[in-house]
Amino acid sequence: MNWSAEPRSALEARARTVIESPAAPDVGRATRVLIDEVSCGVAFQLEACVRCGQCADACHFYLVSGDPRRTPIYKLRPMFRAYRRHRGPFAAVQRMLGWAPAELTAAELAEWSELIYDSCNMCGRCTLACPMGIDIAGLVRRVREAMSAAGFAPADLYKAAARALDSGSPIGLRWPTLKRQIEIQEQETGLKLPLDVEGADYLLVLSSIEIASFPETIGALAKIFDQAKLSWTLTSSGFEATNVGVQLGSRDVARVLVSRIVDAAQALRVKAVISPECGHAYTALRWEGPNLIGRPYPFRVVHIVELLDQLVAAGRLRTRGKDQRRLVFHDPCQLVRRGGIDAAPRRLLAGVSACCAEMPSSGSANFCCGGGGGVSAIHRAEPLRFAAFKCKQQQIERSGAEALVTACANCRNVLEEALDEHGMVLPVLGLSELLAEYLEPTAPADQTGTRQ
Amino acid sequence: MTSLALLEIARGAALWFSLLVLLVGAAWRVIALLWLGTRPDLSEPRSERRCAAIARAVFARTLLRKEFRQSRRFGPLSGYVYHLGLVVIVFGYLPHVAFVARLTGIDWPALPDAIVYLAVGPTIIALLLTLFERLTDPVLRLLSNFDDYFSWFVVFLPLLTGMTVLSGTPPRQGAASALYPLPLAVHLLSVELLLLWLPFGKLGHAFLVFLSRGTTAAAMARKGASF
Repeated sequence: MNWSAEPRSALEARARTVIESPAAPDVGRATRVLIDEVSCGVAFQLEACVRCGQCADACHFYLVSGDPRRTPIYKLRPMFRAYRRHRGPFAAVQRMLGWAPAELTAAELAEWSELIYDSCNMCGRCTLACPMGIDIAGLVRRVREAMSAAGFAPADLYKAAARALDSGSPIGLRWPTLKRQIEIQEQETGLKLPLDVEGADYLLVLSSIEIASFPETIGALAKIFDQAKLSWTLTSSGFEATNVGVQLGSRDVARVLVSRIVDAAQALRVKAVISPECGHAYTALRWEGPNLIGRPYPFRVVHIVELLDQLVAAGRLRTRGKDQRRLVFHDPCQLVRRGGIDAAPRRLLAGVSACCAEMPSSGSANFCCGGGGGVSAIHRAEPLRFAAFKCKQQQIERSGAEALVTACANCRNVLEEALDEHGMVLPVLGLSELLAEYLEPTAPADQTGTRQ
Repeated sequence: MTSLALLEIARGAALWFSLLVLLVGAAWRVIALLWLGTRPDLSEPRSERRCAAIARAVFARTLLRKEFRQSRRFGPLSGYVYHLGLVVIVFGYLPHVAFVARLTGIDWPALPDAIVYLAVGPTIIALLLTLFERLTDPVLRLLSNFDDYFSWFVVFLPLLTGMTVLSGTPPRQGAASALYPLPLAVHLLSVELLLLWLPFGKLGHAFLVFLSRGTTAAAMARKGASF
């Protein structure tokens, strides 16, 4: 269905219905959505499970708690139940014989809310461990569709979604706030940041965390793009890249949010949209977006790390000097494991670091920071998130890192919080900012570029 | 009913019925899944080499990634042992090869009896360990249902009944059916129970595993992500 053909008001109204669903939780709706989510590919995976439990050993929430309920495949039980009762190849016979699983109940779904949201980052490490190749993380995303539509998602995510629909940002940021940050970065860098420039090649969208917590990223990118002589622009509408609809598990919400970026990109007639340092924003915009709006984009989506890697390879970005600390890259799950951007960040890091190191199980099998999949936005999940961080902590300690580098502002925020909670003192750097620090000065300078 | 009459049924009507149920059940299961359909992915793929990724994943996923080899469970190891053991016993034992050849005309060289007999012990031990772990491990106990236990039973039973046939077989191969019709009939019936159950329960992973791995591999390859 071409959703973009629907009036914006209708799309927004549908999204508001989801936000209001907790007022009247509806198990029947949850069941219907679960059944609708079962396509041929999903059914292959549900049918292939042999309940071997190997996914448990891949999940940090299970590893730190030892709670069998946190076994990834167990979190999908509502979907298995609804599928086997209503959609499986032998469902009719099983119902006739009284062998079909019972209907889902409100109490069960309320219990599963904690399992499907608080204790799952949709990081996909379990997907790598499953001998049957079941994409458990992808299926959790689908279960969230049912949970959110029927009123069983965490209140914090509904509130974040409401804020995103109202203001454009899940934390309630509006254009004046970004405008002020842009002005500050213009003063810091001495560069004029392009805004709403029609016909620019690239549109840079930002995450709320960058705007609120790491605004220097904007200045860093301005410096980088200036050296690369990139044709780019920011926008006053549709500037928010994050998509709480994907974390909540609501396509209705996600569709409205992604449409704002699409509209802005089309209005400015850009050739590409740059997804910022945010893992799930990249997933939402790059992989889910066209399916949400029901048509391919008339522009490309490129992650900032991919773009920087291309600019370096093309000789448009030159760096001078290297960081002498032992720098270790933390792989954002949606970028590396689920997004296929593995080598680019490492190439960029090697270009500005004299001592790159890796964590054990680095790359696609790295542990999540613990905050992905909206978990960092769920207040009640905080103790569990900090406990799950122990897996990451062990990896960091074994790597001997003197500083962590990542390419996701949410990872960065979550890592900083968790490191602090666990009494670890370790800087966490953004890759773009690090690169900007070592850019070759445009004017001759006597700096060595080396920093201790 | 005499032992010979039972053997006749096991070799005849029961065998053909179980094979028919196996084929029709498996076909129905796959067709019903295909019937669910799928929506096209409208995102721009990073890679078009999906067929290669599927082919690689279907086989490569058989081996655990090194990051997950430190499991506290012995399920993965015992899984390898009994799967390999069953392959050796089912497809390597001369009477089994001869049985399939009589049925289908398809023949292949059998393994030496000694190798097959050596495979039986580890296979049985691995299956018993698997059951023990499923009964005692909190994760597996929580995940398990009737299908898991019954599927284990229908796999283990032919091994047991086969041992019974073997223990009564004279040194010369081929005389068992004439001399000991009852153990052989029971063995055949236990295999037929396995065939009857295979398309309906978790044992269907024998063919579904390729579809599941292939589906995820294709989706991941599209993104250029590793699988």
